[in-house]
Amino acid sequence: MDGIISGSLFFGLALTFGAYLIGSALHKKVKTPLLNPLITTNVLVIAFLAVSGVSYDTYNLGAKYIGDLLTPATVCLAIPLYRQLHLLKRNARAICCGIAAGVAANVLSIFAVSALAGFEHHVYTTLLPKSITAAIGMKLSEEMGGVAALTMLATVITGAFGYLTAAPLLRLLRVTDPVAKGIAIGTSSHAFGTLKAFEMGEAEGAMSSLAIAAAGLVTVAAVPLAALLL
Amino acid sequence: MKYLKQVFIIFFISFLGELCNLCVPLPIPAGVYGLLLMLVALCAGIVKLPDVEDAGRFLIEMMPLMFIPGSAGVIEHYKEVMRVLWPFVIAVLLSTVVVMAVTGLVTQHVIRRKSGRWTE
Repeated sequence: MDGIISGSLFFGLALTFGAYLIGSALHKKVKTPLLNPLITTNVLVIAFLAVSGVSYDTYNLGAKYIGDLLTPATVCLAIPLYRQLHLLKRNARAICCGIAAGVAANVLSIFAVSALAGFEHHVYTTLLPKSITAAIGMKLSEEMGGVAALTMLATVITGAFGYLTAAPLLRLLRVTDPVAKGIAIGTSSHAFGTLKAFEMGEAEGAMSSLAIAAAGLVTVAAVPLAALLL
Repeated sequence: MKYLKQVFIIFFISFLGELCNLCVPLPIPAGVYGLLLMLVALCAGIVKLPDVEDAGRFLIEMMPLMFIPGSAGVIEHYKEVMRVLWPFVIAVLLSTVVVMAVTGLVTQHVIRRKSGRWTE
């Protein structure tokens, strides 16, 4: 089937939007977090490509344009952050401590699991940037000798898992402060998790957006050092 | 015209972000530079909230869709993925929980300690 549509620009766009509509409709019918539209849409797109034999390149010819909009969308995260700037000013110290602790916890937990599981060096460095936005993480992984595509996979799994577990985990730990919730979600599961933070409220969403940028920058400094560990 | 101006401002700041990304030899994406630039522009009053608010809300609402093309790219690395899948997935899940828990607890602890001192 790939032959006929291999030059189509709108196939990928139509498939992405169509799958998302189905995913959203399913989510409305069956109220379970596992059927989150983002996850169902991903499964639908991958399943469609696998069954129909259409190549990823053909799909991505058009779909990449919606992916490219991630840059202006990230820029727009400054808007809710600006509206909630008083929270940042009032809690600057707590936010810095939280993000620094989170980045350290990421490096140490990946190191511990990698050492226990006997991962090779390139698997370890592939995993290190998993909690930050893929745009930073993939470049960082490549520089440290990791596999960028696998870092992308680790980032997606991290984001999806963070999205699913954020509400119950934070409730279990009695983290109720909106600032702490937002910072925890953004530091652990980047923009994907931030969607959940926005579902919780604008303060959570704004703090999570801030954490994406801040944790990304701190990780850029920390990962090259951590790469020397294993 | 209203949306045209809003989209222009957002795209222009995205472009400035890309310029930073191209000129500075650090693995920081254009979007993060752009986020900081937009924040500075809003704080300095160069850009007013009503100048970007509607288009901004629309883009943030559309954000979930923007992750799909990239993450569907996993299909390209099927064989590599299957080889390390389980230990890989377990490492990722464990670490994500640890990071979220540590960050949340530390942030909340510092916030509460500070506000506690105020009430004394």
